[in-house]
Amino acid sequence: MTEPLQRPKRKNPTARTRLPLQPLGVRSRAAHWLTLAAAEGRFALPTCVECGTVHYPARDICPACLGHMFVLGDVPAFGKLAAVTTIHTSTDVYFRERMPWRIGTVVLDVGPSVVAHLHGDCNDGDRVRLEWKLDKSGQAVAIALPVKETDNMADDPQLRELTLDPKFRRVLITDGRSSLGRATARAFAAAGASIIFVGVPEPWKPLPERAALEKLPGVEIMPLDLTDTDSVTELAGEIGAKVDILVNTVDHVRPGGMLDRKDVLVAREEMELGLLGLMRLAQAFGPTLRFRGADGVNSACAWVNILSVYSQMAWPQFGSYSAAQAAMLSAAQSLRAELRPGSVRVINIFTGPLETEWFQTVPPPKVATSQVASAIVDALKRGLEDVFVGDVAQDIRARLASNAKALERELGS
Amino acid sequence: MTRFAPGRRKDYAGVAVAVPVTVPYQRYSTETAHWWIGRALRMLVDGAGIRPKDIDGLTISSFTLAPDTAIGLTQHYGLSPRWLDHVPMGGASGVLCLRKAARAVQAGDADIVACVAGDTNHVDSFRKMLSSFSRFAQDAVYPYGSGGPNASFALIMREYMRSTGATRADFGKLAVAQRTNALKNPQALMKKPLGLDEYLGARAIADPIHLFDCVMPCAGAEAFLVMGEDIARSLGLASVRILGTIERHNAFAEDAMQTRGGWVVDIDELYAMAGIKRGAVDFVQTYDDYPVISMMQLEDLGVCAKGEVVEFVRSNSFTFDGTCPHNTSGGQLSVGQAGCAGGFIGLVEAIRQLTGRPVGGAVSNARVGLVSGFGMITYDRGLASCAALLGKSAS
Repeated sequence: MTEPLQRPKRKNPTARTRLPLQPLGVRSRAAHWLTLAAAEGRFALPTCVECGTVHYPARDICPACLGHMFVLGDVPAFGKLAAVTTIHTSTDVYFRERMPWRIGTVVLDVGPSVVAHLHGDCNDGDRVRLEWKLDKSGQAVAIALPVKETDNMADDPQLRELTLDPKFRRVLITDGRSSLGRATARAFAAAGASIIFVGVPEPWKPLPERAALEKLPGVEIMPLDLTDTDSVTELAGEIGAKVDILVNTVDHVRPGGMLDRKDVLVAREEMELGLLGLMRLAQAFGPTLRFRGADGVNSACAWVNILSVYSQMAWPQFGSYSAAQAAMLSAAQSLRAELRPGSVRVINIFTGPLETEWFQTVPPPKVATSQVASAIVDALKRGLEDVFVGDVAQDIRARLASNAKALERELGS
Repeated sequence: MTRFAPGRRKDYAGVAVAVPVTVPYQRYSTETAHWWIGRALRMLVDGAGIRPKDIDGLTISSFTLAPDTAIGLTQHYGLSPRWLDHVPMGGASGVLCLRKAARAVQAGDADIVACVAGDTNHVDSFRKMLSSFSRFAQDAVYPYGSGGPNASFALIMREYMRSTGATRADFGKLAVAQRTNALKNPQALMKKPLGLDEYLGARAIADPIHLFDCVMPCAGAEAFLVMGEDIARSLGLASVRILGTIERHNAFAEDAMQTRGGWVVDIDELYAMAGIKRGAVDFVQTYDDYPVISMMQLEDLGVCAKGEVVEFVRSNSFTFDGTCPHNTSGGQLSVGQAGCAGGFIGLVEAIRQLTGRPVGGAVSNARVGLVSGFGMITYDRGLASCAALLGKSAS
């Protein structure tokens, strides 16, 4: 039984802001197999290609056959919580301010014993389910969870350290003029976000959906133009200290590759809004986010980018758009490294073509904006880092992993 | 694959172990491991009445020497040994160094081997050591609450209590007896008596581990010399004989949790080598980083019968002057844990007892002593286990 999370009180402006600290974030290269699993929400373990033995902690050499080749194999996540301890004394500053802290040994059905963080509803001897999560240092850790959903399960303090749950958090969605932005606002309202700032560029222009948007609990519409540095800076000055989750839903889709356009004007717009917009947001909101990474129940915790899966491999029909998306992905990777010391996670949501007017000529399957919005909230609740939404994105992901060169040829034909 | 018959282990005839020394421990030190190990070497040289250059074999055990290893120390100390080993294996260091040195002496690779363990303890050096102790600790233990060995042993202790029925009072019995022993030892860092009520009432560190289950990290060094019996005799040194030794690493990897150590695999060979009955010893020095591990050793080393350890603990006193004298100097729990020197403290104490020169309370009529080592919890269990039987010298 988890105590339900209480809505945080108004922050005392004279009180000191608790600074973000991280648990030890150093890992061996092999341990990043688990970072990969955690980033995508898989429960997987290194598995020997030669003999099939599953092992943990991650090794470079198989302890059963001395083989050296591994795959990350998805395995059943269940096991027995064989022993529990409550740590009262820690040498680490991050844990010291979070004592007491429960850990335990989980003996997995597939063999290995895993030292894991514990959900409060997991007790000695219980059957439990393990998940890999990214902790505040951005590295993978295991947490044991009850096999069946328990009351207020997500509110458990140790679990909430590993998730980015929107409940009682305040979110900025950058573009309320897009169907994706509005769907995202609806999803956050349903997830219990306390304030949902929705940016709208050129607010003097009509916005037919304004009334419906404003009816959602917590929504506040704010002027925000990502192509205008002053507009971004001004909004950050006004609400920057109240943004716990920033979701950049901006999208600017135009067809065309390298040869068919007569000039680079459209390409410049794509970069202006996409890459430079992201950088303007980062410069204006990033430092405050990074400072507020441990600021209580509604600490800053996440930055979400919605990217085309073609950021990972160009789609020549939309070649210029792909290039702008690739630039955003690259920027997001740097942003990830820069926000990590502030315990703020950068989530990249990769989608295939959306069900919007600019993909009119593209055959299905396409992704509904509501599907992307659910994926955003789901990623936050589960604490994921890389999410592939819809069949096309999943398909590109798989083809990229198996043979990137083949995918390049296939997309170009 | 067939295992070699026990009889194939060669005995340690002609080998003498002598000059047990301790550089008195300090809670914190501004000195380096180099300093502590060097001080111990000087005490060895003075104690044996030899010149530094007479040391032609050297083993070094330390966690805090970085960036140096044993080889760097030869130049640092101006030594030119013809046999050298670096054995940073924590609680197993003492017995492992003893075994290696004894064989070197028997083979003629060295005449006088100095086995030295020492570590310093700066303010904050313990935390730094924990976070980088092993790759598995870094990857898969330290990020989980950073409780250090306390948390890892808490999980082992929980399982041990469940499988044996041992209670906190049983572990307390050992801790309290060791404190009684330590009160006779002027070098022990713990100077105050400890009662069972105080043990039971102490604050939780990582339950079921409470304050008096834990050792105090400190700076210090321990050392001894291994040489031919003829050399020991010519130097007029009191010495002890090695009756048998074993070591075993990563035993029972298939056990989901550690409830036994590698001693179980080889214990019969240990007693067979020495030609004595299981458990027929006058005192026991276990590796006591936590009382639970001492209890595990009492059983695995055959000091008591399998499955009877709880009853055994309840029916013995474990003081130096009582029944089953155990960790007679006070052990790490009451003297302090000086890093790798913690793997030497029991061995050094055993040499003292068997040569009739204890710094604390003497075990009367001690003729055979059992010393065991355990260590290197790199993930969820101690990997190294080892033991030695030492005997009073005939002369």
